[in-house]
Amino acid sequence: MNTTQLFAPPPTAPHTQSGNSVSRLMLTVVAALLPATLYGFWLYGWPSIFLWLITILFALLGEALCLKLINRQAIPTLLDGSALLTGWLLAISLPPWSPWWVGAVGGLFATMLAKQVFGGLGYNLFNPAMVARVFLLISFPVQMTIWIAPLPITAAAAPGFHEGLLIALNGIPKLDAVSSATLLGFAKTEYSRGIDLMHSLAAASAPANSLLGARAGSLGETAAWLIGAGGLMLLFMRVITWHIPVAMLAGLALPAAIAHSINPAHYLDVSSHLLSGGAMLGAFFIATDYVTSPNTKIGQLIFGAGCGFITYVIRTWGGYPEGVAFAVLLMNAMTPVIDRYIRPRILGRNWRGAPLDPATQKALS
Amino acid sequence: MGLIEKFLHTLAAPAWGVHPNDHKRPAADAPLRILPLPKRLYIPLQQHVGQPGRPIVMVGKKVLQGQLIAEPQGKISAPIHASTSGTIVAIGEITAPHPSGLPFTAISLEPDGEERAVALHIPDDPFSLDPEELTRLVAAAGVVGLGGATFPSAVKLALGKRSAITTLIVNGGECEPYLSCDDRVMRDFAAAVIDGVRIMMHSMGAREALVGIEDNKPEAIAAMRRAAAPFAEIKLRPVPARYPMGSDRQLIQTLTGKEVPSDCRAADVGVIVNNVSTANAVHRAIRLGEPLIKRIVTINGGAVWQPGNILAPIGTLATDLLAFAGLKSEPARLLMGGPMMGAVLPHANVPIVKGTAGILAFNEDEIVTHPEGACIRCGNCTRACPIGLLPLEMAANIRAGNLGDAEGMGLSDCITCGCCAYICPSHIPLVQYFTHAKGELSAQSRTRLRNEATKRLAAERSERLERETKEKAIAAAKRKAERAAQKAAEAAAAATETAAEKTASSTTEASA
Repeated sequence: MNTTQLFAPPPTAPHTQSGNSVSRLMLTVVAALLPATLYGFWLYGWPSIFLWLITILFALLGEALCLKLINRQAIPTLLDGSALLTGWLLAISLPPWSPWWVGAVGGLFATMLAKQVFGGLGYNLFNPAMVARVFLLISFPVQMTIWIAPLPITAAAAPGFHEGLLIALNGIPKLDAVSSATLLGFAKTEYSRGIDLMHSLAAASAPANSLLGARAGSLGETAAWLIGAGGLMLLFMRVITWHIPVAMLAGLALPAAIAHSINPAHYLDVSSHLLSGGAMLGAFFIATDYVTSPNTKIGQLIFGAGCGFITYVIRTWGGYPEGVAFAVLLMNAMTPVIDRYIRPRILGRNWRGAPLDPATQKALS
Repeated sequence: MGLIEKFLHTLAAPAWGVHPNDHKRPAADAPLRILPLPKRLYIPLQQHVGQPGRPIVMVGKKVLQGQLIAEPQGKISAPIHASTSGTIVAIGEITAPHPSGLPFTAISLEPDGEERAVALHIPDDPFSLDPEELTRLVAAAGVVGLGGATFPSAVKLALGKRSAITTLIVNGGECEPYLSCDDRVMRDFAAAVIDGVRIMMHSMGAREALVGIEDNKPEAIAAMRRAAAPFAEIKLRPVPARYPMGSDRQLIQTLTGKEVPSDCRAADVGVIVNNVSTANAVHRAIRLGEPLIKRIVTINGGAVWQPGNILAPIGTLATDLLAFAGLKSEPARLLMGGPMMGAVLPHANVPIVKGTAGILAFNEDEIVTHPEGACIRCGNCTRACPIGLLPLEMAANIRAGNLGDAEGMGLSDCITCGCCAYICPSHIPLVQYFTHAKGELSAQSRTRLRNEATKRLAAERSERLERETKEKAIAAAKRKAERAAQKAAEAAAAATETAAEKTASSTTEASA
């Protein structure tokens, strides 16, 4: 008789399973990111493609390295797609013409220090891509704030394959010719110089606020409509629920609307807030990260609203023009607290967990 | 299902539960077949919740179909009848329909093929009978809940009468994939089911009956609607096909909006749930005088040649049923019950019991063997849980050995329906965690009770010993005092005597 059969416990119910799997979930999210990423490649050309490739490769490398160190098989874990997604999210949140080592260091940091050190998939407290992005922003503030004016890959002035590779490896040769400011950054700098928004945004040099994404910004986050479409696809496929995105966008839009209506000369309007920076990417793809967000509906609403509100506070009164990454990390830290206090109601019990009164239930009809 | 229909279905479905591929057809559409009498039947003594039956026949005795062969013991129990006429050949152990494969006692019956039935008393008009009398007849017929719980029906009817229930809910949900025996009962015996429902309503004093049928069984709904048309108090309520709609608390909530408090029974909110097959069994018991000796069993699964529903006597071996339906390939896994909550059978030489809704023979493609991965906290289990628990948090606590914390999160409310484990993208066997923890907790509480009892007994003993010593001491002291008093009295008496003697002698002397 074979021994495995002797000692294996009898299989238990349920004897059927949905076809869902972790890699399927991760690859669906990647698929939802693809349109915005491709559009970003078109806007920012070859240097951005190299940066994207390098970031993902190093994210996978970091994961493989850690698994090797703890003597585990790297291939099955790499195939679950989580490191790919982390690298991808980090890549599209970077300035598109960043030097290669920014992507490489960021990719390694994301999967090694922000994920595997905590115990790997499912055990990290903070969103790995955002930890890496904030680490890069704090460590390399110059490289992380060089924004490029969109220069479609088909344009004559756009760098070709070879030129693009050189930009990724050696840096940007004529920076002034290509650099631009983001709307949020521009508004902040001008206001600190004493020029109010009425005048600064009316100037010819002001960056456009474009729904189509033809503005300076991170690699994949400028095309708000494609990000939003990808997010809706995730909603439709039930990979995410509406709670976090809606709460986050509302948490950002409500204070923006109130402040703008009080003093439009100081505070940006709602659409600038929603379409700029990483608001859309954050709401649909970053804050919705399963591992680092609460697992009840009400908890997710609180979490999302917190992300949106903190983003607004940092953008408006903080030292950085953009605050999605910080906001998400701060709320990640709140997740265990939210999960501890926000619990779903159990059937037949009240919110405090005491059994319901049979008399009131009997009276229902 | 078209896209629009699918979308509408999504809108109508409740927020809880899962929607697995039901695999009910073609088995559900195949006409009901009747199993030829097997060579031997193995009728277990424990086919219901409660105390097992006590055999009242001897080996070698000839019995008639429907003759009582084991009588109920205790308050919650059910009698067991001979499934057909024949000879009792053995009373002994056979493998139980349980993954452990442990033995339990069964009566072996060799059918004589004549199917001679005992003459039974059939009431002319059950509705003129006293409810208690009806309940007694149902009890005598050995009817138990056929939805899977196998709770003795008569006990439930009496409970309904006692708790003054208003609504009888008839469960035609049959939400388990692959199974279609209830579907078949409703399609083929709709009038009998409705009659059984009316008898149960009468014996419980219910004012209305709601028949809940999942909307993936349109033929059953149509047949039942036709049969229920003359009776205004019986209302047909199609419900969305959603697992676990057939669970009583979920069905009650869907049909009446009432929530059964977690520490109460359904009867406490004025509702009793009974399965459609149970209603059919009640009808047969009261109208035909036939005890529960056969049932419809679904034979389904990828390894079955002709899947379908088969009417078989209780005690038929699963092998006989599988041989009748034919096997395409060697089954990779045998199940009793549905794939969501059913139990693995160690082998096919296991008898079907009153609660057996189906025998499933899965082929290699149907069994899933994904390795368990890490929880990614996706929350799918939380959304799927029909009770509103947090399966991922409970499992994490159980894994860490914090059973108490898991209990505090509502482990005792878990109905082990399997939605969480079904939906989990990391293939974590969540139900196994919960079953393990429940077993562990009940073992702990048993140990605690035993320890407390031991402690109490020890305390009582030492108290008793102390009391006895004290009593002994008191008694000794008392005896001592008594003895002393006696001595003193004797001494006193002796003194008086001497004194008296002295006085007497002196008097004598004086008088002398």
